[in-house]
Amino acid sequence: MTTVTDTHDDHHDHGPAAGLMRWVTTTNHKDIGTLYLVFSLIMFMIGGAMAMVIRLELFQPGLQFVDPSFFNQMTTVHALVMIFGAVMPAFVGLANWMLPIMVGGPDMALPRMNNWSFWILPFAFTMLLSTFFMDGGAPAGGWTIYPPLVLQGGNGFPYMIFAIHMMGVSSVMGAINVIVTILNMRAPGMTLMKMPLFVWTWFITAYLLIAVMPVLAGAVTMLLTDRFFDTTFFNAAGGGDPVLFQHIFWFFGHPEVYILILPAFGVVSEIIPTFARKPLFGYSSMVYATSSIAFLSFIVWAHHMFTVGMPLQGELFFMYATMLIAVPTGVKVFNWISTMWKGSMTFETPMLFAIGFVIMFTIGGFSGLMLAIAPADFQYHDTYFVVAHFHYVLVTGAVYSIMAAAYYWLPKWTGNMYNETHGQWHFWISTVSVNVLFFPQHFLGLAGMPRRIPDYAVQFAEFNMWSSIGGFVFGLSQVFFCYIVYKTIKGGEKATDQVWEGAKGLEWTLSSPPPYHSFTEAPEIK
Amino acid sequence: MNKLKQLFAGGALLTIMSSVAHAEYGLNMPVGVTETSRQVYDLHMLILWVCVAIGVVVFGAMTYSMIYHRKSRGAVASQFHESMTAELVWTVIPFIILVVMAIPATSVLIDMHDSSESDMTVKVTGYQWKWHYEYIGEDVAFYSSLDAASNAARQVGSDIDPATVENYLLDVDNRMVIPVNKKVRILLTAGDVIHAWWVPDFGWKKDAIPGFINETWVKVDEPGVYRGQCAELCGRDHGFMPIVVEVMSEADYATWLAEQKGAAASAKLAAIEDLDPRELKQKGKKVYRANCVACHQKKGEGIPGVFPAITGSSVATGDINNHINMVMNGKAGTAMAGYKAQLSDVELAAVITYQRNSLGNKVGDAVQPAEIAALR
Repeated sequence: MTTVTDTHDDHHDHGPAAGLMRWVTTTNHKDIGTLYLVFSLIMFMIGGAMAMVIRLELFQPGLQFVDPSFFNQMTTVHALVMIFGAVMPAFVGLANWMLPIMVGGPDMALPRMNNWSFWILPFAFTMLLSTFFMDGGAPAGGWTIYPPLVLQGGNGFPYMIFAIHMMGVSSVMGAINVIVTILNMRAPGMTLMKMPLFVWTWFITAYLLIAVMPVLAGAVTMLLTDRFFDTTFFNAAGGGDPVLFQHIFWFFGHPEVYILILPAFGVVSEIIPTFARKPLFGYSSMVYATSSIAFLSFIVWAHHMFTVGMPLQGELFFMYATMLIAVPTGVKVFNWISTMWKGSMTFETPMLFAIGFVIMFTIGGFSGLMLAIAPADFQYHDTYFVVAHFHYVLVTGAVYSIMAAAYYWLPKWTGNMYNETHGQWHFWISTVSVNVLFFPQHFLGLAGMPRRIPDYAVQFAEFNMWSSIGGFVFGLSQVFFCYIVYKTIKGGEKATDQVWEGAKGLEWTLSSPPPYHSFTEAPEIK
Repeated sequence: MNKLKQLFAGGALLTIMSSVAHAEYGLNMPVGVTETSRQVYDLHMLILWVCVAIGVVVFGAMTYSMIYHRKSRGAVASQFHESMTAELVWTVIPFIILVVMAIPATSVLIDMHDSSESDMTVKVTGYQWKWHYEYIGEDVAFYSSLDAASNAARQVGSDIDPATVENYLLDVDNRMVIPVNKKVRILLTAGDVIHAWWVPDFGWKKDAIPGFINETWVKVDEPGVYRGQCAELCGRDHGFMPIVVEVMSEADYATWLAEQKGAAASAKLAAIEDLDPRELKQKGKKVYRANCVACHQKKGEGIPGVFPAITGSSVATGDINNHINMVMNGKAGTAMAGYKAQLSDVELAAVITYQRNSLGNKVGDAVQPAEIAALR
């Protein structure tokens, strides 16, 4: 006992331990937040490299570079890495850094578990990526891992299953930590309805995570036993049903989509008021809209599988429920615009990314509404129209919000301002190229190009080439982003505590960078 | 490096040529050739225009705000942050728009589900990576795979320009044929993994699921040739199992059907002759290239860990009866399908003989079509 107390005191007196062990043993929310963010950036670049291989092969009709089975490995692992390795850890990183500060607490509520939930991830992804070097290669059945196809995979299959298990464990631990922190670490006077919206959206996201990650764990475990222990959960020959897997998977999968986007809503709801110099419009309706979206996310899953041959009543129900999501999502967009309305706006990089988010996420929302219409979905389903849709909501949605957050809080985290000119260039190059990349994919899908194919009929050649060119430029501009972040960490103009003229919230009352233990004394909440 | 240069040179050239060469590339969903496809198209255009209209209002307001409410123009921020009226308006109006969209969508969906009173039935089965069409009650059935020209051009490093291949990746050896203006009920299933049958001009796609049968229908108004592809990831050659449907006048269809029946009958009657092992090997090479090569690879080396090699394998060099059994019945729980139904006696005998005496194997024995026939 005494040693434990001693170590604790030691931390208080001297700040972080020196050297590499600081990062291995740390229980500090900012250190762990940094680890998450760095990890996420590395995964973003790895997943991006796979996207480059995909776009390279699709640059022209014909197969020039890779075998179709390797192409399928690329699309599969690209998605797994981007979803579980880049976007989710990035939001957990933001949560680690910002939640304790935003609610006026000293740290996360469960610091040691926090350390563990991060350090599981590098092992999980090492395991996942190691499958590339195994007989049979990496999983190639799509990130949705539908049986029976996924069961045909090579020796990498069980490694992928266990990697998913580990990611799930990490996510659930992270989510528990978020909930406990929000419920217990708030400064006196910080009532729930006074919490910043980023805290609110993460609070709801954490509940979604706890609800659905175990469902995924169950589904992949059944895959494992189907493959190795002769169960037939998903095999009709033994009384099972391959479509059952899809139902279970999407019962996880649809809330997962909102796990990826709700924190993004939170980020944007922090940034727009700051740069419009005006309070967020409709705070309470934002909270209610987020909650409604979270609730609806549990009852719309089968819109991902309209073509499996559900009964009419089922298709009607899932169509209506899915269309309903447009209402609370619309409320959010209208609230953001009303926040901008009659403000006094400036357009620093975080604001640019936030506005880019609102516009392009809305475009993704429109195509989402189109996909909700079941009879039309019979045409759109599994085409590039869907690819365009989910990249608009995930890249120009989730990823843009992460970029916005990075520029917004980097000065706070590092104490240095990033180079504004570089930031603006990064935004404009990314935004032009990402639209060249994904907008033509709408046309490709409507004209009849299925997704997940390594080669295509020649009438799709032109748009694919545009798309690839956009992809290469977008990829390069993210290398530039890494450079900007690196330069900011290394130095730059000193940031003030307030950083942004219109910034409100507890994080801006601390020094830049903040002290190692955020609020050792509870701040006063007005 | 050379390859890259070639690629970008080709790319530049294609961009210049494309406006001429690919003038017919599509931007929008095809209107199609069925009542259903036209309804779906109308629905698609309705939602599209609704979204465009909402987009104009939303993005218009944002743009106005970004121009006029910027600090550099001296805008002073007002501090309003709540309005119950506004929240109600933008909750209720979108809801009403959604209801308006849901009504036609519901009626189209109900129509699509009604496959009653059909004139004929075709059962479509998806395999890795071909389709099988069975005309129920007509004793006509055949496989349909990617045509030879596309198949040659699509190999990695084939050096055949896809632009020179007619209907590249959208052509098959045997077309599905249906009569015009008849309601054709389509039963969909699969033999191995999930596939999806999609011809855009018909207005829908539907999954083909092993162990289950999906029912749908199509009634085409205009004779013609309509092309589509498998739409559900089904493994390595998912991109290479096209669908071609030829819609004929009723009379032409009757002629076609009679021909098919005749061909099937004469194939059955033909005496089973023994063939020279060398001839078997030659035929076997073709069968191997069409059916086995995707997994077991050109030289029989397989893909370690996923698809076993033929070269030196215990099956292909061991007891011939095991080998015959493996090819005819497949291996449960793996991607190895049974080819009993897919290949003829001659083809089975040929491919087994080829595998035992080529691809680096030298067993020296052969199997004759008659032996295969006896095992059926």
